[in-house]
Amino acid sequence: MTSRRTVLTGIGACLMLPGCERIGKTKPVHDLLYSLDGLTMRAQRLVTARGALAREYTEADLSPRFRVNGTRQPASADYARHQKEGFANWRLNVGGMVRRPLQISLSDLRAMPTRTQITRHDCVEGWSAIGQWTGVQLSRILDFARVSERAKYVLFRCADNYGDTPYYETVDMIEARHPQTILAWGMNGDILSVAHGAPLRLRSERQLGYKHAKYVMGVEAIESFAEIGGGKGGFWEDRSGYDWWAGI
Amino acid sequence: MSSNAKGPLVKRHRLSTRVWHWTNMVAIFLLIGSGATIFNAHPRLYWGEYGANFDPAWLVIDDRQSATGPRGFVNIGGAEFDTTGVLGVFEKGGETRMRAFPHWVTIPAEYSLSAGRRYHLLGAWIFGVAGFVYFFWSLFNRHIQRDLIPRKWQLTPACVRADIKNHIKLNFIHSGTEKYSLLQKLSYAGVILVILPVLVATGLTMSPNMNAAWPWLLDIFGGRQSARSLHFIAAFLLIAFIFVHLILVVLAGPYNEIRSMITGKLRLPAGDGR
Repeated sequence: MTSRRTVLTGIGACLMLPGCERIGKTKPVHDLLYSLDGLTMRAQRLVTARGALAREYTEADLSPRFRVNGTRQPASADYARHQKEGFANWRLNVGGMVRRPLQISLSDLRAMPTRTQITRHDCVEGWSAIGQWTGVQLSRILDFARVSERAKYVLFRCADNYGDTPYYETVDMIEARHPQTILAWGMNGDILSVAHGAPLRLRSERQLGYKHAKYVMGVEAIESFAEIGGGKGGFWEDRSGYDWWAGI
Repeated sequence: MSSNAKGPLVKRHRLSTRVWHWTNMVAIFLLIGSGATIFNAHPRLYWGEYGANFDPAWLVIDDRQSATGPRGFVNIGGAEFDTTGVLGVFEKGGETRMRAFPHWVTIPAEYSLSAGRRYHLLGAWIFGVAGFVYFFWSLFNRHIQRDLIPRKWQLTPACVRADIKNHIKLNFIHSGTEKYSLLQKLSYAGVILVILPVLVATGLTMSPNMNAAWPWLLDIFGGRQSARSLHFIAAFLLIAFIFVHLILVVLAGPYNEIRSMITGKLRLPAGDGR
């Protein structure tokens, strides 16, 4: 009986955490771990409607205080100048694979048809906050710029840097053209604050918070994000290995 | 108790149960460890749709400075417990670390939310697919109806008393017409029919994409943060079940029990032939 116990203890020891991590670092398991978000995305899209809308709440449901996350104040001189000028001379650059590249002022963006939605923001860390967002649907801007049929993703270039690395994000055309995907210039009935991403931030309501790029300076239609930044499709995807598809 | 005199070797567990058991062991091991990592990213639980740092939490695992250095604590509904060394504040390689769950329970040991999430999804896929197949196979071969749902006669007061008495006397292995005793059936049925489905369903509601498509699922649990809390509570109940399960395996005779889950054959005590 003693020897059997020893064997069982041995089996137990093999299962302990360091062993598990060593297995996780072998190439097949590493590749498997990095292919799961694609599998999960395809599986979820198989059982969910493409156009399904994230729930919209009422003003009574708003979080009393919407937590600020990530950058609170971009550090560049350019951003500081725009901030001082109340973003009066700031322009949103729309480019990449579009037939009509655009430079849109904040007042023109505000003059475009608006969408206001009260939605829940789910951070990858686990917390949630409900806020009201006002902005222009990204699909309108893509149509206005006459985006190419070959474009597969939309890239958002941002004004905030982490060290020398600028923040950026990408979403595919399904999320980019979703009716609730907006470039928001207003929050909770006010002009979007600097801490929450002024002058413009992305809302991609069916994905986790790190997709919702703040301080959006440029929007580009692209075919692939392999050559952009670290090649994984977003700042946190490059820096920390977060999944590109942030639907869960 | 297990005795040295040998009784007959009988078939106890079918192949599907054995395969599922060991698949689950791997998947749940991954899920619990990586779930602890994910919890560490925001070690606060709330009720309702929203919840973040400024909102009241019903459970917090955190640390605070004291005259003698950082202290770890758990706060459950206002009642606070000092957990320094185990939760909130712990030692790793001679260094003091401040995180909710310590490195000896999290996967990976060194905090990485992105890696934890990947392991959690790997575990979830294994667990979800295996559980789905096992559940419907067990309905089809009537394992659930025949072995897991208690018989009427098992619920008579005399039988309930007898089963509790057997457990108190640590007399676990038995023959008879039923594979499982009443308490066994209740705990297995509770895990398979309640805890595991709640874990899967609340896990799915952690997805904003699923919530958009299936908002009714979130409504069942009363909102995103309630669902996150229930996911944690169900995981805690599952861990409690696993602890009791492992203790009972040891008390009932680990060699005989583990063999029965590998080969399917269980040795009955001497004089307990069928």
